[in-house]
Amino acid sequence: MELRAEGVSKRFFRNSKNTNYFYAVKATDFVLPAGKLTEITGRSGSGKSTFLNILSGLLEPTEGKVLLDGTDLYALADGPRSVLRNRSIGVIPQGQTGLHSLTVLENVKLPYALYGETAADETAMALLEQVGIAELRDAYPNELSGGEMRRLAIARALIRKPGILLADEPTGDLDDANTQTVLRLLRQAADAGTAVLLVTHEREAAAYADCIYHMESGVLTGETV
Amino acid sequence: MKIETTLAYKNIKGKPLRSAALILLAAFLALSIFGGSLIVLSLQKGLNSYEERLGADIVVVPNEARTKGNVESILLQGIPGYFYMNTSVLDKIRGMDGVEVATPQFYLCSSKAGCCSTAVQIIGYDPETDFVIQPWISNAYGDNLADGTLVLGNHISMPVDRTMTFYGRKLQVVAQLDETGTGLDNAVYANMDTIRQIMDDADAKGFSYHSGVRTDEAISSVMIRVKDGYDIDRVTDDINIHVRRIEATQAKTMISSIAGGLHSVSHIISVLTALIWVLAIVILVIAFTMITNERKKEFAILRVMGASQKMLARQMLTESALISAVGALLGLILASLIAFPFSNLIRARLGLPYLLPGAGVIAALMLGSFAVSVVAGALTAAVSARRLSRCDAALVLREGA
Ligand SMILES: Nc1ncnc2c1ncn2[C@@H]1O[C@H](COP(=O)(O)OP(=O)(O)O)[C@@H](O)[C@H]1O
Ligand SMILES: [Mg+2]
Repeated sequence: MELRAEGVSKRFFRNSKNTNYFYAVKATDFVLPAGKLTEITGRSGSGKSTFLNILSGLLEPTEGKVLLDGTDLYALADGPRSVLRNRSIGVIPQGQTGLHSLTVLENVKLPYALYGETAADETAMALLEQVGIAELRDAYPNELSGGEMRRLAIARALIRKPGILLADEPTGDLDDANTQTVLRLLRQAADAGTAVLLVTHEREAAAYADCIYHMESGVLTGETV
Repeated sequence: MKIETTLAYKNIKGKPLRSAALILLAAFLALSIFGGSLIVLSLQKGLNSYEERLGADIVVVPNEARTKGNVESILLQGIPGYFYMNTSVLDKIRGMDGVEVATPQFYLCSSKAGCCSTAVQIIGYDPETDFVIQPWISNAYGDNLADGTLVLGNHISMPVDRTMTFYGRKLQVVAQLDETGTGLDNAVYANMDTIRQIMDDADAKGFSYHSGVRTDEAISSVMIRVKDGYDIDRVTDDINIHVRRIEATQAKTMISSIAGGLHSVSHIISVLTALIWVLAIVILVIAFTMITNERKKEFAILRVMGASQKMLARQMLTESALISAVGALLGLILASLIAFPFSNLIRARLGLPYLLPGAGVIAALMLGSFAVSVVAGALTAAVSARRLSRCDAALVLREGA
């Protein structure tokens, strides 16, 4: 699958010198190709998360379109757009994102459960094996370390085998060993054909990326590899 | 199970203290609306029973009755009391224009002394002409009351040997009346001859408070039914003008003092219920809003995974409906534990006729209270759910980093 942004921008209201708004993302064209790991770097506050949320269908852009294999995401109503995100776009959000009332295994199976389907335990366990937290299947999120929690989020984003995987600073608060594990997992997903976007304010991911963009004050600049 | 239900259930279980507090609030909703309407309905039924119990258009008592305390309480509430006038009053009244039936009653108090089983109001009536008490007795007892027999009001416990002794005379208890919800349930009934015999016995035993009255010429009150087409007001006035040393009163005005009391009590109960509801709902809205804020992140995570706004709203509703349902059930159980065992105490406290509605009405009332409480609880959550759907998952997760 391929995700394409055409002239998307996002304006937020905020009082400054002359205006009461500013653009967190300025008109941007962008393609996220299948089977590649694309990286966007940039300082904190440069607009990376805003851009990622627009791509994921969670944040309607002020202008422009987001096309998922030609389907205009924001032309859809919330219901069908949510279904599409559930099926085709795996998102690893910033921060700690396990649901506290569910176990690790239940958390990972949740994307299926949301639409009344059940993920096979084997599938979910295989994924937990792969990210290395299989023995934590019955633990609750508040018993996990930051690295384990992030791996949980990755497993959960991957369980529906989405064509698109969007990761927002997935290594942000992790030590070196965990960072390498997470990046390796993203690389594996890309190699398996997924279109992977990695947003980070660090540079250590460069070795894993196929192409690297840089964002500054809402402006996305050139592909550098 | 649907995922909304599963999540709702796990959330409720995961926060036992918070859930318990919410359930208690919901219980208050159900308890107050059920308890409140039960009391109001019971009062209404009590009043209806009063009207039926009196059954007359006009009540005539001797002037001296006024000085003997509250006539209404003697006539309607069975508070022991007595007063007498001459039987000639009855003949005069029967001769008057507009009077369809006039029937006498005779009041007597038994004594606490050893000669009597218990101190009660004994009411005598004339089976030939009576239209007031008879219907209640016929309900319980097929025949006219024979000499030397008694009928008990509903709240007087039936003696094991089915006899009662008044002033040394042993009388056979033949039946018990239906409940009226009034003090009349505490009276004992006999025919005119029987009660006159009892009175003679009292005289013979030296109970002086009945002395000076010639029992065969005495009655205590006359109950009158007015012919169709006659103005009750006019007939009442006629009697007051033409018959001396008596007071004729419209039954309606007697009842209306009670009805007035009932209205003010009903009013107080409605206002109280409304207050409890406003309070509980405000607290519920605040609580659900707080919970929603606390759980914005959780909802944002679900959004990220592909939950639609509708699904989130549905989850909130499921959760609050579950809480409200459990709470309402608890409230109904609590209300039942108070209302039914203590209904006599409530009656006594209110000092008004009070008669619990039938099982069917109570069941309907419970169902209605349950439904209204659950809907109210769910609606409060819906307000919060709306706020939620306007909140932006992307923004929340940015904050939640
Ligand atoms: N919902 C919002 N309302 C107002 N300003 C916002 C909102 N979301 C983000 N911003 C602002 O937009 C800019 C970009 O934010 P963000 O995309 O989170 O940056 P990054 O992820 O690169 O750190 C920041 O200045 C931030 O304060
Ligand atoms: Mg960010």
